[in-house]
Amino acid sequence: MLLAIDLGLVIEKLILIVVVISASLVIAMYTTFAERKVAAILQDRRGPNRAGPFGLLQPLADGLKLFFKEEIIPDFSNKFLFILGPALAMLTAMMTSAIIPWGDKVELFGREISLQITDVNVGILYVFGVVSLGVYGIMIGSWASNNKFSLMGGLRAASQIISYELAMGISIIALLMVTGTLSLKEMVVQQQAGYWNIVKQPLGFLIFLICAFAECNRTPFDLPEAENELIGGYHTEYSSMKLGFFLFAEYINMFVSSVIMATLFFGGYDIPFFNEATLSPNIAAILGIVALMAKVVFFIFLFMWVRWTIPRFRYDQLMHLGWRILIPLALFNMLATGASILYFH
Amino acid sequence: MQALTSKAKQVSRKPMSFTERLYLPAIFKGMMITFSHIFKKKPTINYPEKQRPFSPVFRGMQILNRDEEGRENCTACGLCAVACPAEAITMEAAERQAGEENLYREEKYAAKYEINMLRCIFCGLCEEACPKDAIYLSETFAPADYQRKQFVYAKNELLIPHPKENPEAYKKALGNRANKSTVN
Repeated sequence: MLLAIDLGLVIEKLILIVVVISASLVIAMYTTFAERKVAAILQDRRGPNRAGPFGLLQPLADGLKLFFKEEIIPDFSNKFLFILGPALAMLTAMMTSAIIPWGDKVELFGREISLQITDVNVGILYVFGVVSLGVYGIMIGSWASNNKFSLMGGLRAASQIISYELAMGISIIALLMVTGTLSLKEMVVQQQAGYWNIVKQPLGFLIFLICAFAECNRTPFDLPEAENELIGGYHTEYSSMKLGFFLFAEYINMFVSSVIMATLFFGGYDIPFFNEATLSPNIAAILGIVALMAKVVFFIFLFMWVRWTIPRFRYDQLMHLGWRILIPLALFNMLATGASILYFH
Repeated sequence: MQALTSKAKQVSRKPMSFTERLYLPAIFKGMMITFSHIFKKKPTINYPEKQRPFSPVFRGMQILNRDEEGRENCTACGLCAVACPAEAITMEAAERQAGEENLYREEKYAAKYEINMLRCIFCGLCEEACPKDAIYLSETFAPADYQRKQFVYAKNELLIPHPKENPEAYKKALGNRANKSTVN
């Protein structure tokens, strides 16, 4: 019976996929709203407050507007690649959420359902692979636009991701040396039992955080779309929902990298100073999701907070920071971690 | 070289210290500054719901006045049109017929009275020129329309509501002028 397929498992995973994807879309939608609101509040303004109570329907109005905008595909562009660009950006942004443990198990209809679409044993490597693919969306889109400003943006995005991927990878290696596992689920279980990884890897977290900002193309690393030098950067030629996809992918990326940071360094769905085992599994799972979301909300706020505080880097400063500061620092962190592991064991 | 002002400051060119070169303390300081702005009072007023209080001498759009019985004050003397520096006011006079005593206060009245709101500069000279207290500047402002020609306000748009037939709207249109001592 090699082909005995557990139908219940298929259904439960399908439901989980639909829930996770739609939840991340809705969260990304409201992140755009939150961005505008946070920006306004940090600048002593009020922000959008006309559409619906407290302006809560603003993202719907924005989305609707994007749908009704004229869809322009430039004559001189490569049409296939022009459409592929934003599609790829969106696809890779969504794919990362597959391996994130959103919570512990829930018991429903006598089944134990894990709140993780799939627990890949090379989890964090999968995240890295998919995130690196994400830049192809930007590169293909910018190249296909056949516009020099777009191309500049695409080039910047590519070189930025390459530069910061290295430091990020090395900072993760140090974390892996501490945890001894690549699976995100196991990392969370370990952190539930012991300390959060931030305690063991503060420098690693700092490097990871800076690199995450760079990989999401957020200020101070938003050179690919630097609107005051490159018009709109890689999405200069885009309009309507294809532009929406690019912008949306950025917010999904932000959400996903917040989740990853919370999972890797801040205990994922672990509630601090509290033993979840004392509660019934369903309640513990729900509280766990709430805890994870609280951490994620903090990180998303941090993304915005930094955006409205720190100005953009110059291009050579960006490269200097990536290659001459972060990579040596990450290497040092890795060596120091190795040395301390050797010393304590 | 002699400094041009006493405000000149020597720029410090000394190399940055290690903590300064880390930039992190400076970044953190900056973030604290932006964070403190969350708790600051927002200067914006939610306009249509809330309005700024006007000063007692606020000059808004013109209103043609009536007396207590609802008769129009204007006698079409044309002093306002002469006083108007923007030449926004035009009018045509007519003689009051028998039986119209309840409509117009005096024997002569304005058959047509128009103010071009695009020309009006809201200086209030028409109000000062008027010997009959027939025109004054209200607290209404910011008219909006889709066509230019609709900004030429005719008499029906300028007249104050009838004090007997529509006392509430009359009170509202009178605004804080009701509290002022009227000069007649």
